[in-house]
Amino acid sequence: MSDRRRGLRDGIPIGLGYLSVSFAFGIQAVSLGLSPLQAVLISMTNLTSAGQLAGIGLMAGGASLVEMALAQITINMRYALMSLSLTQRLGADMTGLRRAFFAFGNTDEIFAVASGQKGELNHHYLYALMLAPYLGWSLGTLLGSLAGTLLPVFFRDVLGIAIYGMFLAIILPPARSRKSVAAVVLMAACLSLAFRYLPFLRNLSGGYAMIISAVVSAAAAALMFPVGEEDE
Amino acid sequence: MPWSRFLPYLAVMAGVTYLIRALPLTLVRRRIRNSFFRSFLYYIPYAVLTAMTIPDILYSTGFTGENWLAFAGAAGGLCAAGFMALRGHGLLTVALTACGAVALIQSVAFFI
Repeated sequence: MSDRRRGLRDGIPIGLGYLSVSFAFGIQAVSLGLSPLQAVLISMTNLTSAGQLAGIGLMAGGASLVEMALAQITINMRYALMSLSLTQRLGADMTGLRRAFFAFGNTDEIFAVASGQKGELNHHYLYALMLAPYLGWSLGTLLGSLAGTLLPVFFRDVLGIAIYGMFLAIILPPARSRKSVAAVVLMAACLSLAFRYLPFLRNLSGGYAMIISAVVSAAAAALMFPVGEEDE
Repeated sequence: MPWSRFLPYLAVMAGVTYLIRALPLTLVRRRIRNSFFRSFLYYIPYAVLTAMTIPDILYSTGFTGENWLAFAGAAGGLCAAGFMALRGHGLLTVALTACGAVALIQSVAFFI
């Protein structure tokens, strides 16, 4: 099988998963006052679940552009590590321009599938791998944002929890098997709760509360439980 | 949302997100050795996703402080999703279980 066909095939399950998650994003975006076209534009230019969800929350809350930028940097910082990790795996055909193009599609799931491949990664495989996830993400957002304006409140409430369920599925399995990850999750949850409910602390806006909660708990864990090269 | 307010947000979101992905991929060709920085980058996704989920998940089903049935649905969804995730089920299964639990609990509203 050619690299291109292999990439296309490997991308399909990711695309299907994205379809349902971005459907929930579309619903959420419309409920926060964005139009379907605006929701789809966000998905087509960002291609990231957590960053987009936080982004529309900040938009609705009238956050400053600086707060938006800082929130995106914090939430999406993990992509820098994934991109770094992939630089070690790219074939000689991956020139600067091709790297710049593929960078757009380096999501958690695409990274996970790409880094699971044997041998060097070429642009035929990587470009093909991006295709189904990109279409799934954009189409799901369109359908979700249209449905969000038509669906009864009951179904919007039910689907509103989907994206958070997905986050739990990412966080909890490693938290169960690694004490260090469990510590990170616990610390971040406590800080986030404190910023939401405690007097004084709750005056801070949501974007900064999330940034501080995440950065402090990840830094504390990095000091307490340094990760060895073999752990990654 | 008015486009004049939306477009600057969109530009910042998309630009920052793209640069985070593209700069390391195009510029860095060596491996990071600093142990603290590597560990920090390893933990940050879990910290971010937790801070985004807790407590926002409790408000994801329409709870605004009065509608306690919505709160019960969200709490039920959180428990169901937590249970399934801890058992190692995939993203889609966990997300759909959370939705199912919310649907079950919120449909009580049709009977009372």
